[in-house]
Amino acid sequence: MEVIVKTEGIAKEFSSVRVLNDISVEIRAGEVFGIIGENGAGKSTFIKILAGLYQPTAGKLWFDGKAVEIRNPADARGIGISLIPQEFNLVSDLCVYENIFLGEELVQKNGFLDIKAMVSRTRQLLSELDVSSIDPYARIQDLSVAQKQMVEIAKAIAFDSRFLIMDEPTTMLTSKEVEILFRLIERLKAHGVTIVYISHKLKEVKRICDRVMVLRDGEFISLEEIANIGIDEMARRMVGRELKEIFPEKKPAAGEVVLSVHNLSVEGLLHDISFDLHVGEVLGFAGLIGAGRTELAETIMGLRRAESGEISLRGKPLQLRKPWDAVHAGLSYLSEDRQGSGIITSFDVVKNITLTSLREYAKPFISQKAEIEKSKFYVDRFSIKIPSLFAKLEQLSGGNQQKVSLAKSIDTQPKIIIIDEPTRGIDVKAKRDIYVFVRGLANAGISVIFISSELEEIIGMCDRVLIMRSGRIVGELPSEKLSEEEIMYFATGIKGGY
Amino acid sequence: MAVSIPKKLSLDKYGPLIALVALVIVSTILYPRFIEIRNLLNILRQVSYTGIIALGMTFVIISGGIDLSVGSMTALAGAFAILTLNAVTQGLMMFSPGWLGTLLSILAAAAVSIVIGLAAGFVNGFLVTKGRIAPFIVTLGTMAIFRSLTLYIGKAGEFRSVSSSYGDMGMSVILGIPLPVWIFFILAALLSFVLNRTKFGRYVCAVGSNEKVARYSAINVDKVRLISYVIVGLMVGITAVLISARLNSLSSTNAGKDYEMDAIAAVVIGGTAMTGGKGSVWGSVIGAMILGIINNMLNMLGVSPYLQGLVKGIVIIGAVSIQRGWFNNGRTEK
Ligand SMILES: Nc1ncnc2c1ncn2[C@@H]1O[C@H](COP(=O)(O)OP(=O)(O)OP(=O)(O)O)[C@@H](O)[C@H]1O
Ligand SMILES: [Mg+2]
Repeated sequence: MEVIVKTEGIAKEFSSVRVLNDISVEIRAGEVFGIIGENGAGKSTFIKILAGLYQPTAGKLWFDGKAVEIRNPADARGIGISLIPQEFNLVSDLCVYENIFLGEELVQKNGFLDIKAMVSRTRQLLSELDVSSIDPYARIQDLSVAQKQMVEIAKAIAFDSRFLIMDEPTTMLTSKEVEILFRLIERLKAHGVTIVYISHKLKEVKRICDRVMVLRDGEFISLEEIANIGIDEMARRMVGRELKEIFPEKKPAAGEVVLSVHNLSVEGLLHDISFDLHVGEVLGFAGLIGAGRTELAETIMGLRRAESGEISLRGKPLQLRKPWDAVHAGLSYLSEDRQGSGIITSFDVVKNITLTSLREYAKPFISQKAEIEKSKFYVDRFSIKIPSLFAKLEQLSGGNQQKVSLAKSIDTQPKIIIIDEPTRGIDVKAKRDIYVFVRGLANAGISVIFISSELEEIIGMCDRVLIMRSGRIVGELPSEKLSEEEIMYFATGIKGGY
Repeated sequence: MAVSIPKKLSLDKYGPLIALVALVIVSTILYPRFIEIRNLLNILRQVSYTGIIALGMTFVIISGGIDLSVGSMTALAGAFAILTLNAVTQGLMMFSPGWLGTLLSILAAAAVSIVIGLAAGFVNGFLVTKGRIAPFIVTLGTMAIFRSLTLYIGKAGEFRSVSSSYGDMGMSVILGIPLPVWIFFILAALLSFVLNRTKFGRYVCAVGSNEKVARYSAINVDKVRLISYVIVGLMVGITAVLISARLNSLSSTNAGKDYEMDAIAAVVIGGTAMTGGKGSVWGSVIGAMILGIINNMLNMLGVSPYLQGLVKGIVIIGAVSIQRGWFNNGRTEK
């Protein structure tokens, strides 16, 4: 079979720390080439070299049999390589079509921008992706993370590229969009496009990839035909040892009600939401994209204004005037939009972890010693892989940024924590750590609202699950009745009315 | 897992200091009398007026804003300082109160100047945060407003102090160091501590880096912004007292002219990013000193005063382009 990309001895160092070592592979034309590995293994670094975002410290590249140097993203695009990056690379003040054509604007004969053509092409791309609900004129900042992800995908396929790299494209997507994406991949593949697919969701890798490469600590471990490697074996090679496939044991709490939401509505987003959260309970929220789960979390946290309804805490109404009120009342929120609202990429690890809880360290002056101490604790607890405690977050791999974000939301010592896609971009091993940790919180009497698009973890983790659709709660399932089918019935409207 | 401290010395942090040292060396070689204590103190005194404003401006710029109104604000606050001074002095005259009266009148002048500064800063901050108007526009507007008020009150003439003690204070030297220099350095130490060791300081950086993350981290973004404008107002109030005392008068047309330029330039040369998010108070002190030394050298070397703006402009643009270069290096490796 024809080889489209060949690498030889590719290595990358950041300030003389080697994060990628001696990668020599051949990627075949028209295949779906999977890359897996733990957080910080070097997956993103490797593909960023192919996409011209990084220069390798050593090694050579061939494209189509010719030795090439890819000095910048324009070079990459020039030879037909496009990238769907792990972190969104969209200009939030511009609208959808402007982002898709950024730097490649279509121009009329008279020199003016051909907005009509760009908008109609954008419409076509979005409908190909089955997300016609996104308006080409919508501003990026008004989109949900899942919609942003779909725009990134549209952007990558807008120009016929021959080599398409997807760095964890499905972390934000529910199964419906994942299916759309997989259909797209099949279609592209049929047209001879080569795809590099990075994911921590090994089932997806097993299903869509033709071969899979495993990286560990920057080293090449193996490259295997997908037929010859099972999911357990993939996990084992990533981690270097056997992994117990478990969710921690559930201990359903029948404690008293701690948070009670009554007839909460936000115009156009939430309608008549009512539910109770008990002490020590892990309460799941399932639903498709746009169901309103994140909006609900933001409303409870006082980040959005409710138009009517009541939120009460241990029987007393909760007054949310400023963002601090919810945190002060013992609530905490882990945002699904890591770089958009979770962490500050130009701040170091320590300053991020203590940002929300800074009052605890400033009495009245910030004690750097205490901050560092606490950060070290989290770095150990979640095995966060960092060059240093003072490394800026932009120098961390995506999964490790996610862990910092989680540490940040826990550091306020909440009584109730809302975690929105907590394991986004986290590797199989660390996921288990986080599950155990969350269950530990619940056992210690902390109530958890668990929002996730991954049904497997909703089912594995939650004591009770509420399903939302179009801003309403349409169903409730107790732990024993949880199954993917049952949840999807409600999420898609087969059950539950409306 | 090993967690190490990076060894790399960052140009980001020490660039302005290195530039200052280099400038001092070059100046000494070009003009040996440059390094005399008298000359150095003179430079420090000259830069301390806009330097103090630059300290406050550092906060505003880190928080992602800008304040163009500081020059006119200085004139307005200084005008009120002298009016208050004169009123109190004359009011107390019949009691022939001696040194106590002098002290009272100066304190009253200072208090009024500072209150005007705080109020003007509050107006700017309020319009930026609650009015949701771009800082550039708001402070461009208040720049015109403050100047116009000063001109109106002073009938476009001069405010003259009737108290010679006020002028004495402005010229005073303590332990060999001029009063404004003392105040400049004390405030720098104080505000540097505020920036690095208090919640507010951390919040200013957070708001300037990513407003949305700051909001989601339960930070009251508007309050942080507002306070940074109030801080700059406070600094302006202090400078207004010092400069009006120094001259023992204040010209309604010329007072505070180009202060915004000098203050912003000092901040930028000191390494604070115009895009917000990070910066350093001592950096701004160094920036102010660099500007002062350049002015001083141009004078000593007999360069036409008309060309001094040209040199200043080149230095500002140069400083920013060097920063941009470092920044970009960082980015290609991101
Ligand atoms: N700009 C940088 N400066 C310093 N170190 C960096 C930089 N970018 C990445 N690294 C380091 O390189 C290593 C590999 O990072 P990379 O992003 O390739 O991991 P990854 O395999 O994509 O992980 P994830 O699954 O979490 O996305 C990490 O340890 C990270 O800290
Ligand atoms: Mg990655």
